[in-house]
Amino acid sequence: MIAYLIRRILYAIPILIGVNLLTFALFFVVNTPDDMARMQLGMKRVTPEAIEKWKQQRGYDKPLLINSAATGTDTFTDTIFWQKSASMFVFDFGYSDDGRSIGREIATRMGPSLAIALPTFLVGLLVYVSFALLMTLFRATALDIVGVALCVVLMSISGLFYIIGGQFLISKLWHLVPISGYAGGADGFKFVVLPIVVGIIGGIGSSSRWYRTIFLEEIGKDYVRTARAKGLSELRVLFTHVLKNAMIPILTGVVVVIPLLFMGSLLTESFFGIPGLGSYTIDAINAQDFSVVRAMVFLGSVLYIVGLILTDVSYTVVDPRVRLS
Amino acid sequence: MSFIPVILWSDALVFLLIAACITATLYVRKREHLLLPWRRVAQSSMAMVSLLVLSLFLLVGLLDTLHFRIALPQSNNGEKVYSPEVLSVFDKVVEPLRTHTEKTYSAPFALTLYAKESMTDAQGNIVREYPRLRFGGAHLADEAARDGDIAKRASVGALMGLLAGGVLMLLVRRWFAQTAVLVTILIAGTLIGAIANLSTAYHVLGTDKVGADVLYLSLKSIRTGLIIGTVTTLVTLPLALFLGVAAGYFRGWVDDVIQYIYTVLSSIPSVLLIAAAVLMMQVTIDTHPEWFTTSASRADLRLVFLCLILGMTSWTGLCRLLRGETLKLREMEYIQAAQSFGVSSMRILTRHIMPNVMHIILIALVMDFSGLVLAEAVLSYVGVGVDPSMISFGTMINGARLEMGREPMVWWALAAAFSFMLVLVLAANLFADAVRDAFDPRLNRTEAK
Repeated sequence: MIAYLIRRILYAIPILIGVNLLTFALFFVVNTPDDMARMQLGMKRVTPEAIEKWKQQRGYDKPLLINSAATGTDTFTDTIFWQKSASMFVFDFGYSDDGRSIGREIATRMGPSLAIALPTFLVGLLVYVSFALLMTLFRATALDIVGVALCVVLMSISGLFYIIGGQFLISKLWHLVPISGYAGGADGFKFVVLPIVVGIIGGIGSSSRWYRTIFLEEIGKDYVRTARAKGLSELRVLFTHVLKNAMIPILTGVVVVIPLLFMGSLLTESFFGIPGLGSYTIDAINAQDFSVVRAMVFLGSVLYIVGLILTDVSYTVVDPRVRLS
Repeated sequence: MSFIPVILWSDALVFLLIAACITATLYVRKREHLLLPWRRVAQSSMAMVSLLVLSLFLLVGLLDTLHFRIALPQSNNGEKVYSPEVLSVFDKVVEPLRTHTEKTYSAPFALTLYAKESMTDAQGNIVREYPRLRFGGAHLADEAARDGDIAKRASVGALMGLLAGGVLMLLVRRWFAQTAVLVTILIAGTLIGAIANLSTAYHVLGTDKVGADVLYLSLKSIRTGLIIGTVTTLVTLPLALFLGVAAGYFRGWVDDVIQYIYTVLSSIPSVLLIAAAVLMMQVTIDTHPEWFTTSASRADLRLVFLCLILGMTSWTGLCRLLRGETLKLREMEYIQAAQSFGVSSMRILTRHIMPNVMHIILIALVMDFSGLVLAEAVLSYVGVGVDPSMISFGTMINGARLEMGREPMVWWALAAAFSFMLVLVLAANLFADAVRDAFDPRLNRTEAK
């Protein structure tokens, strides 16, 4: 187990190097720092001095890969690649355009992101699985057909509609909770409740339908027939046998997103004014703050790979037959 | 009136797509075993109804793809000068919708603007009143006559549409016998007739901030949505097919390299990768203004790039599926027989493997479509979607979203964009389900139980 984990973590390193090289190519090779400077300073009437100053402030005035002017190891370390890209491996993200430490921003913004994303994930999972089990229990009846039809309609509606509609109905018309904002501690409850509800409703269509397909596939198997032959009630069959055996396909899709919960949701956070990582990213995209976007891309891939490893570990927990080696 | 045809990049891709579709249809028509799953699709009335709705959207999108520029009356030393504005055949069909622009917001079927303005009345006094619209209901002298006029126009239009639908129904009933399809034709005819007749005199869905007709904007958005939904999967299809099949067939180091590439790409959260790539594309486009002759070609290139970028993030899933299927196929007896006969790898891949993974590609194509249409709206909101000057569902929602706080609320643009999107995506989802059921052998078995 431990050896397996170590090997998986080692295997992650080349992938992260790939991600790093890709972002480096995307941000510095496709467009030179000069292009970025010109874009940020305005296209016309920009002096070469202004470009130089912009680059110097951000540390972009170095050569890309090899600094022939320097000596010794500086030939490789005093370059944009080393200082801007390679440094991310030790989670040194540098500074955003407004001069703040990106690492510290990430640390403080994780809390609000989690306050929304974690409840949405947990309650959502419960709702989706229950709904799917209900449809499976009443399979091939009118209730099932209506449920599936409802799922198809719900998944055909844009996620933006749920957010805008929820804000309009609950906050503007009924004045139940504030439209947007955030507060820490117990005061925060009234701010987070609407984003969570909207998030859950937004996912109900595709997720419940997906789980229903998984359950239906399980229910056709032999062990279910055996369980029924033993005289178990249908409910018992569903909850103790089908649900347990459906855990592997469910976990495959679910565990991998757990680490990504830290990143928050771009849409929800920006609509509801939650000061989390999602709104941080969106602000950076709108302000064309390249260093923040680069940091978030790297962080996102690290979390995704952590999710993949967690998925493998979770298999051993739910299925004793799975041995990691 | 003279004009010059304009073929934008996305137009070229659409034409390519149509050519591919026609070739595929001709190929499948002759082969009964390939035709069989399609017959199953045709038997489902749900699929045929959604196909009918989709083809209405397709018609609008196709007409909107034939672009041209009109010659201006003045000439430059005998040389013709063309208007910088790129129009499409669809713009000409709905000319009144395009040209009937008001000053700013007006509600659906309104006779007056949404906001009061200072005006001089007959006595020369300055009063604050709701000004009448320039086009919406301008033919009415008496504002009270509006409801009667609307009812009259709607019923005349509906009747004409019903008649046209009836004629069409008689024409196609040889091929589409299902009652649901025929009823849909009638309903669609009636609706289109009524709306078309009303929209010559009113703004059926109101007008937006700059006074453009919302119905016109919604119809124009269809093309953008369709292109994002189809071209995206198509441009990266060769890549996914080639790499996926190669990885599964050759295994060894080829498999390792290809797996490495798609693991790296798929480990970056897709929104972030799209955002990063679009930001970079923006820099490139902004630093090269000399590439574009018209603003439409600039917006269009951005759309094509967006499709490419979206495709780059989504091909990995298809590639993984194809690799898995090829791994399974290469162990089959007929492949081994081909190998022992000394058939070259290239020939085995093209003759024996690729035709047998086509159903996966088709299912991926139709299943991805609706997700991509929905993604466009979200990306435009995030600021990494289509060019702001390009009409799309995303830009419509984005523009209307800020007006939610107004009193009384400006709801019509949002409602129009969301309803059009819902109809398009719902039809696509239902059709995709039918296609998947017909083509996926594994699913057929479970459905039968």
